[in-house]
Amino acid sequence: MTINALQDNIIEEFEQFEDWMDKYSLLIDLGNSLEPLANEDKKQQNIIEGCQSRVWLHAELKDGLVIYRGESDAVLVKGIVSLLIQVLTAHTPDEIINTELYFIEKIGLREHLSPTRSNGLLAMVKQMKMYALAYKTVTDKQ
Amino acid sequence: MDKQQIENIRKDFPILEEKIYNKDLIYFDNGATTQKPRCVVEKIEQAYYHLNANIHRGVHFLSQKATEAHEDARTTVAEFLHAAKREEIIFTRGTTEAINLVAYSFGEAFCKAGDEIIVSVLEHHSNIVPWQMLCERKGMKLQVIPMNESGELNVEAYKALINEHTKLVSVAHVSNVLGTVNPVAEIIKIAHQSNVLVLIDGAQAVPHIPVNVVELDADFYVFSAHKIYGPTGIGVLYGKETWLNQMPPYQGGGEMIATVSFEKTTYNELPFKFEAGTPDYVGSTALAEALRYVQNIGIENIAAYEHELTTYATQRLLEIEGMRIIGTAKEKSAVISFLVGNIHPYDIGMLLDKLGIAVRTGHHCAQPLIDSLGILGTVRASFAFYNTKEEIDIFITALKKVVQMLE
Repeated sequence: MTINALQDNIIEEFEQFEDWMDKYSLLIDLGNSLEPLANEDKKQQNIIEGCQSRVWLHAELKDGLVIYRGESDAVLVKGIVSLLIQVLTAHTPDEIINTELYFIEKIGLREHLSPTRSNGLLAMVKQMKMYALAYKTVTDKQ
Repeated sequence: MDKQQIENIRKDFPILEEKIYNKDLIYFDNGATTQKPRCVVEKIEQAYYHLNANIHRGVHFLSQKATEAHEDARTTVAEFLHAAKREEIIFTRGTTEAINLVAYSFGEAFCKAGDEIIVSVLEHHSNIVPWQMLCERKGMKLQVIPMNESGELNVEAYKALINEHTKLVSVAHVSNVLGTVNPVAEIIKIAHQSNVLVLIDGAQAVPHIPVNVVELDADFYVFSAHKIYGPTGIGVLYGKETWLNQMPPYQGGGEMIATVSFEKTTYNELPFKFEAGTPDYVGSTALAEALRYVQNIGIENIAAYEHELTTYATQRLLEIEGMRIIGTAKEKSAVISFLVGNIHPYDIGMLLDKLGIAVRTGHHCAQPLIDSLGILGTVRASFAFYNTKEEIDIFITALKKVVQMLE
């Protein structure tokens, strides 16, 4: 599935809820069901420090696709981490670099990505693209 | 204070009528900044519309009027703190700048390599970093007073830290995270026995408890206007005249000079020596208005009512399973930090926000304290005299709902 198709799926899933409480419950469920990052991947170099919560991001290149895994100590943040991974993982570096992430805005969770919330999410999105960019130089050489 | 009085007070604060996500705003983030009464905002408007001219040395009418207002404000602050002389009041941009000023100017005048400064484990970053910078500059050492499990400073350990190298002790009057009211009179007395000076960070104290700098015998006392219903961007350094006179200026510029030539510049006397550049004369007059407002209600009345609110909130919070109050000192101000079970403070804060309730989450700019407690941060509710028990009830209901969602 393309990245945009995945984004549209999430938007559809969230659109069935009118009430913000239900949206946040879904986010909490997503956060709770995100596969925890192995302890060895929760190392310092994978940490993205926010002022409020910490986010860990691990990336690797497999068969030309970038595979992301991540976690956070706050469950709401973990919910968004889960969404970001759902959308971006297992795509080529080019696809990831050229993607505009519009789903966060559409599902009404943009506030979590605002720089003032300082929860590490904005830095995570940047970091995900940076990994893609780094892997692109690898794949381009091959 | 009775219900009617509180209701009248609430009418003085227009922002309390705001709706957040279509819900009534419940503002429990007063430790970060307080809301402003109408009279303070009107004072600012009035100053810009009717009193605006650069102060000091202006020969014209408006400049004279503005100068008088600014200098009257200094007198109001001096009276508020019960300072011996109005010249001992220096206007700064806030608590942070006031501490930086002392760390720089006191450091220049009195400190050398090998000297020591004492702070406590429960300090805000603004009462740690300026001293660390001084220590780095001069090759000095920072010593830290530990606390017990309730969040009370260990006075015996403090005594043991003082030695012949100690130059200054800098501690908060009230902890912004735990609400602990530190025994500052005792801390000062102990320091003075060894001829060590003391700076008290009063940012979290002045809105809640009466302060008398002469009785305390504090060498320096600092606070911010915005935490006591005044405007942002202005604060106060009180310093004993004898120390301030021996300290070099912090910044150079206009206002702080007596004569300037390229060969030699001489400095103005107190308080102007420490107020380089055009001062915030609008801010100072608005701060004075805020202090008058607080004094009209009576700081003792405020303290009593806020104590009632804090006790009630604590009691109701403890109804919630897994509730852990962080900071249980016997002497406590209107601040409650807490955690529930293993829930991250950010999650609680985010969901409470959706219910119109403003609390603060995280490390509250006191990372060493939070680290020493072995936690990630806290949720902090901090009260002011415009808050009510009804608001606390709504907060508790909301918190129960949020905890249920997150567990």
